Amino acid sequence: MSEQKHWLVRPTTIRLLWRWGIGILVVLVLGDFFVHPHEYFGIDGTFGFNSWYGFVTCVAMVLVAKGLGLFLKRKDTYYDER
Amino acid sequence: MMSASASIPPGLILMLGAVLVPLCSGTVRSMVVLGIPLVALWAVWMLPDGVSLTVPFLVYELQVVEADALSRLFGTIFTLMAFGGGLFALNQKSTLELAAAFAYSGGAVGVALAGDLITVFIFWEIMAVASTLVVWSAGTPASYRSSMRYLQVHLAGGVILMAGVIAHVSATGSVDFVAMQPNSFGTWMILIGFLINAGAPPFSAWLPDAYPEASFSGMVFLSAFTTKTAVYVLIRGYPGAEILIFVGMYMILYGIIYALLENDMRRILSYSIVNQVGFMVCGIGIGTVMSLNGAAAHAFTHIIYKALLLMSAGSVLYMTGKRKCTDLGGLFQSMPLTAICGIVGALAISSFPLTSGFISKSMIAQAAADEHIMIAWFVLAAGSAGVFLHAGIKFPWFVFFQKDSGMRPPDPPMNMRVAMVFFAFLCIGLGVWPEPLYAILPFPVDYAPYTVSHVVNMLQLLLFAGLAFFLLLPMMKRTLTISLDFDWFYRVAFPAVVKLVVATCGPIDRAVRLGTVNGVRRVIIWVFRHHGPESILAATLPAGSMVLWVIVVLAMFLVLYFI
Repeated sequence: MSEQKHWLVRPTTIRLLWRWGIGILVVLVLGDFFVHPHEYFGIDGTFGFNSWYGFVTCVAMVLVAKGLGLFLKRKDTYYDER
Repeated sequence: MMSASASIPPGLILMLGAVLVPLCSGTVRSMVVLGIPLVALWAVWMLPDGVSLTVPFLVYELQVVEADALSRLFGTIFTLMAFGGGLFALNQKSTLELAAAFAYSGGAVGVALAGDLITVFIFWEIMAVASTLVVWSAGTPASYRSSMRYLQVHLAGGVILMAGVIAHVSATGSVDFVAMQPNSFGTWMILIGFLINAGAPPFSAWLPDAYPEASFSGMVFLSAFTTKTAVYVLIRGYPGAEILIFVGMYMILYGIIYALLENDMRRILSYSIVNQVGFMVCGIGIGTVMSLNGAAAHAFTHIIYKALLLMSAGSVLYMTGKRKCTDLGGLFQSMPLTAICGIVGALAISSFPLTSGFISKSMIAQAAADEHIMIAWFVLAAGSAGVFLHAGIKFPWFVFFQKDSGMRPPDPPMNMRVAMVFFAFLCIGLGVWPEPLYAILPFPVDYAPYTVSHVVNMLQLLLFAGLAFFLLLPMMKRTLTISLDFDWFYRVAFPAVVKLVVATCGPIDRAVRLGTVNGVRRVIIWVFRHHGPESILAATLPAGSMVLWVIVVLAMFLVLYFI
């Protein structure tokens, strides 16, 4: 038993988690058919707005961080050497 | 009628704790550490509205204790935090850290109850010194160096604040701490002084530089007081100052970007403090009843879930001695309670429905929508998604999951577990039942967080942020790096400039001084040559020459007399 990985990190569990996760995402997007939020700026009331906005902004932030990292990243002993 | 308790300022009770802690040990010390904050909390709630303690100072009457709903709210969370942090730190061996933490929390409560700017300044400086000692007490060379950098930034901020207070008082003639607008030298300086403590740009770097160098328990205290007293004074002093909207938006994005690049788990959480304070600062800038309530509520809930996150991280540090994501991973297997509490904190900071973050942060976004401040609303929404990305998933994922580090440390000692469970309970409790918090906010609350569309929209935003995280996981691979920030200027550039100046001006300076000394020496030698004991001018004895001149004068006198 101790040889075996914890049940949470076994490949079968991870596959299952991905499937459930994607299922939940689909249900959430479809939820926009039934939920009509109060719209303030036009676009924020459109179908699937929060879903794509959350996804796209996060991808953008990761990419920006990655790009800035090219200039800003230093070895973590950078200040120790001074 | 003033009650007996009202005459003892709650901040002073905590500072009394700072004096008592070093004097006792064992069970008595534990009782003091847990009891004093509760007494202070009680004292906060016994205060009547309005001024209850004045002290004459120069020509002014300082309102050392003045209570209203806003100051009571912050007094409550600060004393509660001193209690929770104390519980977590019961097995902290450093007496200095605990004593300093008590003085620090006392200073924070003092600021929250200060009725005038001079009192604010005094408690502000007490906090700067006490918090430096909290960092310092970790006892490592790194903590000493970063505590000194921390102190310099805060003393500079204190000087700016003092300059502002003096200018403001001389312009208006009043020391009262009331709502202002940045429209004069004094009010600008005060605002800058406040913002430096809030972690606003460009000085945000003091926070991720200093806090992670504190001990496992020290950072729990540090996360709560300095930035949140800054939020408090901004709510009190600058509601609706438009510049704060932009400062807040910058802080939100800055925190996310730097946290995404970071490898040290406690530095990740430090950047996320800047990010979260950004939400509050933005809310203060919007300046409506809804947004000020939101900023105040968010400060309250933030102190709890951030402390919880740092307790979780502190427990990992305490049990493993490691802070870097590259060294951690897989700890959920042997530290399940720490992992669960960390996840609760992570969900709360991400403002998941049914957690405390949801019921507070959504008020700020609502205010931005109500006021039709489009850019703020979109940045707040992106920021909410980004919080989940950089703190909500990144922290628990890299510490408790990802690769298996092979370490199997158990959960931390009992007091630390109890402290975490207590704060996790508060995170969920406030999320499920927000009414008690709404009841003590500065303004009456007219807001229902749990509408279907709020919940669905927030879940969409967050879960798709989660999807982005896992899809981009290869890009998130941790590296043994730090990211340069503004502190580079005072840690590298400024010393380098000084070195350069010394290197170039040094030889010139030496040449000039040597030249001068040699010149003077030559003059002395020349004078000596003519007037020295052996020289020409000294050859005749003075007595002989005097007789000669007397004869000359007498001869001239004789001649003149006959003419």
